[in-house]
Parts: sequence; structure tokens; C-alpha cells
Amino acid sequence: MIAIIDYGVGNLFSLSSSLRYLGLETTVTADAKELERADRIILPGVGAFADAIAKLRSTGLVDTIRAQAAAGKPLLGICLGMQLLFDKSYEYGEHEGLGLVPGQVVPLADRLPAGLKVPHIGWNRLQILRKEDPLFKYSGDEDYVYYVHSYYADNCAESTLAVSEYGIPVTGVVRCGSVLGTQFHPEKSGEAGLRLLRAFSEL
Amino acid sequence: MITKRIIPCLDVRDGRVVKGVNFEGVQDVADPVEMARFYNQAGADELVFYDITASVEGRGIFTEVLRRVASEIFIPLTVGGGIRTLDDFDRVLKCGADKVSVNSGAIADPDLIPRAAQRYGDQCVVLSMDIKRVDGRFMLFAKGGRVNTGIDALEWAERGVANGAGEIVANSIDTDGVKGGFDLELLDALAARVDVPIIASGGAGRMEDFAELFCNHPGVDAGLAASIFHRKEVEIGALKRYLREKGVEMRL
Repeated sequence: MIAIIDYGVGNLFSLSSSLRYLGLETTVTADAKELERADRIILPGVGAFADAIAKLRSTGLVDTIRAQAAAGKPLLGICLGMQLLFDKSYEYGEHEGLGLVPGQVVPLADRLPAGLKVPHIGWNRLQILRKEDPLFKYSGDEDYVYYVHSYYADNCAESTLAVSEYGIPVTGVVRCGSVLGTQFHPEKSGEAGLRLLRAFSEL
Repeated sequence: MITKRIIPCLDVRDGRVVKGVNFEGVQDVADPVEMARFYNQAGADELVFYDITASVEGRGIFTEVLRRVASEIFIPLTVGGGIRTLDDFDRVLKCGADKVSVNSGAIADPDLIPRAAQRYGDQCVVLSMDIKRVDGRFMLFAKGGRVNTGIDALEWAERGVANGAGEIVANSIDTDGVKGGFDLELLDALAARVDVPIIASGGAGRMEDFAELFCNHPGVDAGLAASIFHRKEVEIGALKRYLREKGVEMRL
């Protein structure tokens, strides 16, 4: 059973549909007991960091998420959900994240060469740096994934498994133990995204 | 780098895909769910669904179609047609849409784009414009391209982006259905005015039209078409391979 954390941020229709499409048992929940019972947890998210982390804290699930991650249960953050895993974000101020992956979330606009549009939105090729990671069991060199974001994770070279080139190497996939994150939306990345979700379900 | 996108557009009425030529002479093509499957398989980068039904009943059928598509096709879906309120945004987003395209609704209610952008984010709001030359100026048309609003289209695009539209669909009435190529003059003028992605619509007839668009007009991010894809005059997989050979970044 994969538990998708429902904390009132973003649209979970495609994510739960994609897991169901893969034949995976899924629950969308804000119940700590369900997170404890699940084999895997997904932390989704779209919107602004400050608002999302506040909403996540107000569910009272943060301690459960930490405990589950510490116990080695696979946890996947997607898009803003991935950014929440980091120590800190500098999106409109300075906000503390969950601190499950070392690094900071910083504005793309400050780092991109001139002429590149923000948000970084669209299909970009995934350059896999750690091919041996089981998350990429079904991935290939020609996999394109779908990004929509204006901030990205920095200072996290040690946990970075894959990047996409957008004037700079944009952090695409991170892993710190059993805690994983994708900046792109696997549930919107066609076959390539489904293959990553399948691999996550087998970790 | 970000790829250029190829986007088939499905106009849906009463649960069926239709395509008008110059917005008239609508004829039935096929089942939208089946077509969405086909296009996904063929390598479409995104799908656009326009709800061209006017009735409440038709609207219900449309959202059901959308829900079915979003349950099995996992690429970005944009929905337009009859979007006038935040409730309309909510209705289609809940059924699996990722982006919502506004056209007449944004003309009728100037607050629609800013309010939607604030609630769902800029990336979710697409400003779709029907544009036609009148006395040498690009003018914004409404009511499916029938009525001149008297608004300068380039100014309208600029205002829409300032208000939070994250993407522009520029549909040229002058080139729509003619299959003589995209309206490059219009697209260049738009690209000079706004810095959000621009989707070219109206006029594609051959693969070469897409090559001209992407190779020589770097401000344009995507090409949208309907009938040439529906009638298989241009096959999406072949088109994308052809464009990559021309040096255009494509997801294959």
C-alpha cells in the first residue's frame, strides 16, 4: 500500500490515478496510522513553500513522517513535496523544511543565464548520474520528464541522482537513505514517469 | 534543455471530438478518449481539450470524458472552453486537468486571470486568444472568433501575463484552416512583448511548417494543431523525428 499524504496542497487526481494504473494499491490520507501501516509514502505538493510547510505542520503528521523515514520506509517527495524535504527554502523569505535531505531550495531566476524563462516548465531530458540506483531500474538515457517550478534544490550534490540541463544542471532526483525526491512530476511524465513510479513501488 | 512541444487539440462537443474549419462547418471525428490514447502513444507532449458544448448536460459529459482521459494518460492536459469562474477552474482541475485555458471568460471578467493565478499558480493559467488583423493591427476577437472586441491583441497578451497568465495560446484566425503555415508575423510580435511560453495555433499544414516555426522563431515554444493530426495528414511520431533531425530539441 502506498499512502499519498493529503494536506490540502495540490491536485492528487493524476498521482493516485497513475499509481492505480500501475496496479498499485493506493490511499490518499491525512491519518498518521495509515502512514504507519503503508509500505511507502508519497509527499506531493504544488504552490508556495511557506504555505505548504505550514499546512503540512498543521496536520500534525511531521513527526510521523520523520519516524517513518528514520525507520527506512521509502518516502518520495514530488515537486514542492521534494523541496519540503530539504533543510531550508529561500522562496519569499527563509523557511525551515523537514531537514530530511541536506541542502537548500533557492530561486532559479538568480542562477540561470539570461534569456531562459522562469518557471522552468516543460519536458526536459533526465541525465541520470547514479545509474546503479534501483530507482532507475526501468529508466533509460532518452527519458524526458515534465517540470514545472521556479525554485530548485542546491548544495545537495551528494544526494543528487539525476539532473536536467536548463542553462545550469537543475536538481532532478535526490536520495538520502530511504528518502527520495523528484523535482519533476512523474505522474505527468508519460511512460518515463510511470517507470520511475513502478521502480519506487519495488524499493 | 526544454523541448519544443507538439500539441494536438481536441474540440469536444457532446462527448465527441469535432473540428471546425475557420470555426464553421463542424464535423464529427471520433471518440476523445480513444483519440487521447492514440496521441499519447504517438508521442504528443500535451493534450488540449476544448469544451465547445453550451448545455449543462454537455458540460457534464465533457468532465466525464476528461476524467476518463486523465485516469489513463499521464501527460499534461489543458482544458478550455466555457471557463468563466473559479468554480469552472475547480471543476476541471478536479477531473485531472493541469492547466486551464481562458478566452472569452477573461474578456468578460478582468479579475478572472489574477484570481485564478493567485489560487492555482501562474503555471495553471493559460490565456488563449483568437486574433485577426484589422487595418494592419492585431485585434482580439471573441465568441469563437466572430466578434471584434476592439482590444489590441498584443496589449491584451501583455496585460494577461502581468495579471498572472503563465502561457499564451495565439490562435490566428487569418491562418486557421488554411494550412499555409503558422502566422509567424503575429508570433514574433507576441514573443517580443511577453516572456511566458507561446503556443502557436492555426495554419499548420505540413511538417515543414513546424520546422520553420521552431528553427527560425525561437520565441515560440509549442505548436498546436487539430485537423492535420486528426486526419493523419501529419503523423506526430514522424513529425517529431523529422524536427529532431533538423536540430530541434524533441522528446522522442
